Amino acid sequence: MTVEAPTVPMPVRTDLDLMRVREAARSAAAAAGFSLVNQTKLVTAVSELARNAVVHGGGGEVRIDTVTDAGGGQGVRLVISDHGPGIPDISQALADGHTTGHGLGLGLGGARRLVDEFSIESEPGQGTTVAITMWAPGAGPRRPRRLSRP
Amino acid sequence: MDRIPILRLGPVLVVSVQGDLLDSVAVALRGDVGEQVSAGGVRGVILDVSGVTLVDSYLGRVLTEIAADCSLLGAETVVAGIRPAVAITLVEMGLRLDGVRVARSLETALDVFDGLGGTRGVPRARAAEGGS
Repeated sequence: MTVEAPTVPMPVRTDLDLMRVREAARSAAAAAGFSLVNQTKLVTAVSELARNAVVHGGGGEVRIDTVTDAGGGQGVRLVISDHGPGIPDISQALADGHTTGHGLGLGLGGARRLVDEFSIESEPGQGTTVAITMWAPGAGPRRPRRLSRP
Repeated sequence: MDRIPILRLGPVLVVSVQGDLLDSVAVALRGDVGEQVSAGGVRGVILDVSGVTLVDSYLGRVLTEIAADCSLLGAETVVAGIRPAVAITLVEMGLRLDGVRVARSLETALDVFDGLGGTRGVPRARAAEGGS
């Protein structure tokens, strides 16, 4: 996976920042040729994750990069990071219904289901970094795309 | 825009929600709808989301809460016009708007409240225009 023209991270501290991040993610997804459904899925996923950074991480930043696979296929990768308290139990935080009272308990697990690739690193006291990637049709690692919830 | 206009058609409130919402605007809407319903005479609330391009779990929760508020205040809420891409995203995310009645469009939502008295006689075309 190659990163094309790395972008400057966008800060996320307020709900206005969240809206700016969503707009930027939608532009990147549209530019990469994503369908409207996949644009919506990616933007929703980043909204969940960036909100987590604001609510739980005390603010953070989002990087949006266009990436290409070995065959030249395009994708969009977003890296959402904060320097908050970190997540003590990631598998619990990914489970449906886990909530701290600010949403429906679907933020992290829900975001994971919306994208092609998802990785999370969290260190107690250091913060949390989540990276998500979505590929245009036919691009990215060859694997069957899930059609519905597992 | 920091406030979403709320239109009244007899006993029905019609709210046309457009575009991408700031959290603060969604929260303000919840308060405004609650106040207007509790002011009296409102039996139904239609949240027209046909112009909404994204419903994340936060906005989903606000919609669910507005419906629950209104239910306690004696009015029924219908969320109308969810876009196909938004519906697919909600399903894949596992977000069900539990307890929220939905309709295909503003027009169908108005049919739900037909017979309440107030919206009768309002020409449908005009009623639909009023939502924008």
